[in-house]
Amino acid sequence: MRVLVSLIAVLALAFIAYLGVGIGHADTLFGVVIPYLALAIFLFGIIYRVVTWARVPVPFRIPTTCGQQKCLEWIKPSRFENPYNNFGVIIRVAMEVLFFRSLFRNVKSEIKQGKVVYGHTKWLWLAGLAFHYSFLVIIIRHLRFFVEPVPIFVKWAESLDGFFQVGIPILMLTDVVILAALTYLFLRRVLIPQLRYISLPADYFPLFLIGAIATTGILLRYFFKTDLIGIKELALGLVSLKPVVPKGIHWLFFMHFFLVCCLFTYFPFSKLLHMAGIFMSPTRNLANNNRAVRHINPWNPKVEVHTYQEYEDEFREKMVAAGIPVEKQPEPQGQGTKE
Amino acid sequence: MYDSGKVITGLLAFAVLVTLPFWYTAAGGKGGFRPEPKLAPGLEGKKCVESKAFMRASHMDLLNLWRDEVVRQDLRVHFSPDGRAFEKSLTNTCLKCHSNTGEFCDRCHNYVGVQPYCWDCHMEKKLKGAE
Repeated sequence: MRVLVSLIAVLALAFIAYLGVGIGHADTLFGVVIPYLALAIFLFGIIYRVVTWARVPVPFRIPTTCGQQKCLEWIKPSRFENPYNNFGVIIRVAMEVLFFRSLFRNVKSEIKQGKVVYGHTKWLWLAGLAFHYSFLVIIIRHLRFFVEPVPIFVKWAESLDGFFQVGIPILMLTDVVILAALTYLFLRRVLIPQLRYISLPADYFPLFLIGAIATTGILLRYFFKTDLIGIKELALGLVSLKPVVPKGIHWLFFMHFFLVCCLFTYFPFSKLLHMAGIFMSPTRNLANNNRAVRHINPWNPKVEVHTYQEYEDEFREKMVAAGIPVEKQPEPQGQGTKE
Repeated sequence: MYDSGKVITGLLAFAVLVTLPFWYTAAGGKGGFRPEPKLAPGLEGKKCVESKAFMRASHMDLLNLWRDEVVRQDLRVHFSPDGRAFEKSLTNTCLKCHSNTGEFCDRCHNYVGVQPYCWDCHMEKKLKGAE
């Protein structure tokens, strides 16, 4: 049911684009207005969310660690798994962002011959990494539509991606990889009972949405070739703030473009915001130095204290008179009487 | 806001990265630019091997098909829809009319960053004096 709802939602979005452009010919709405709106929501939505996170004080260091903390001289600390300074934190976050370090640690427990056994499972890590890097390469490749002249690194990305020169237009490896990875990530949620139980429409929807974007993109590249020159003219018009909508672009392109706009709009409200969240998680971006540095809670109220020393200073004479022992004896009365 | 220095730096970097094409275009890229492929002189009124619409969308498929058919099956003649016969050859058929590759092929290819590997083997122009 949760799967079906998400699938229907994505199909409905695609159908909206078809209705809008294929039948309604609202090219300007789908080619100019919605893209600008989506970009604005994406940018300001993410900035807003990050600023709300940054307004929450983190008075105490709460990193989740998985290595030896720095303590005694002769015990070797784990610098990156349990960082004690900023350098360690930077390496730790970079390992997480670039290589998905924590997923790599994934362990599965099973009962085999009556015993509990633990083993590494890297499939999620592998599929996740393949998906994210394919998406990155695809985004870099798409820059060829958004800038003129096309920078050299975009051409390099495309040459490498089409390294095997299969077919015409040359098959891009990332197109295959991203679909395979998405399929794995989807099947994993459906076929593993525990995962199926905890998966929500918010988990399936982005998978279907990105899957639909990839599929329409692949259709456009290999099967329903449309006027690329017109598409680049549209894209350049958008980025130079002088939008033009050339005639004769296939509605399938607008479907692709509209689904991308939906992804952008959906971003700040969804789990996809882990893109920003990974940098903002206090369990990862803090050095574990609670024992070495004193951290004072910024929202501590100002507490009036009256220490014992102050108490004794105030009542010393009376305490001595009443025979209560005091830490500091009262000064003898009058200096001159001592002879 | 806590750690505002780091957070604002990060957000600025993010915003610039996302809007990079806007800055690139403003800083010296070409904005509202559309290439016009130029036909070589004397081609007005001549008809290509297939219709203009087909060639515009699918010329690469045709060239690929020609290559495979010539190399693998020795089928060297292409018949256009109106019955004219052409030799399946990039150099001898296509480039005979479209001799100005720089103004015809490359303008669009460069515009959308396409790097066809035609010229890895084919020469753009026949060397002078060579047959």
